Amino acid sequence: MTSLNNLAVYSDYFVAALLIGGALFMLVGSWGLAKLPDFYTRLHAPTKASTLGMGATLLGSLVWFSVQEESLHIHELVISIFLFLTAPVSAYMMGKAAIHRRRPLAEGTRNAEEVERAAERKGINDRDDD
Amino acid sequence: MLSNVIMICTGMIGLAMLFCLWRLIKGPDITDRILALDTLYINSIALIILLGLYYGTALYFEGALLIAMLGFVSTSAVAKYLLRGDIIE
Repeated sequence: MTSLNNLAVYSDYFVAALLIGGALFMLVGSWGLAKLPDFYTRLHAPTKASTLGMGATLLGSLVWFSVQEESLHIHELVISIFLFLTAPVSAYMMGKAAIHRRRPLAEGTRNAEEVERAAERKGINDRDDD
Repeated sequence: MLSNVIMICTGMIGLAMLFCLWRLIKGPDITDRILALDTLYINSIALIILLGLYYGTALYFEGALLIAMLGFVSTSAVAKYLLRGDIIE
């Protein structure tokens, strides 16, 4: 019985560390969103930090509910897998929209002409007859 | 102890949402606003998970899942609209 009580105490510290780490990651990601100079660097900050922050927060919730109810409680994994799958897709779509809207690059961006070439390139359904 | 930690995390995520709100209002182009909305919904999922932890109930999980799905669909719909001028072709 004491080992189970110890498990509850230790898991509290573990969950607290996971929650604090996750919230820190999300704070840093949103700070980057507010602070960074152009759209493409802003796209970098929240998509990576938010998935990592959400992963830590959801893992903390998973551990806490599993220890409290003394059974495996893997509901949260559904959300984290869903976010891990969808965050790169939505980041890709937003980046492509920004490239085609010719958002300006920050000064010192390397290979800027590649972005211009990507903006010139049309999609597979975009073939006009001209 | 854990309730204090949850309160601190709620404050941090609230601050993060304020940063997103600032970018949503200021954002020079619509792509920045979409990105700010995307980050806002991810932060709100974390807030709901923390609320469920605070009350010790798994009821809020479904709300978080719903926000995750609707947020992805709306982000990709708006990005598709910006790219092609149409959502379903």
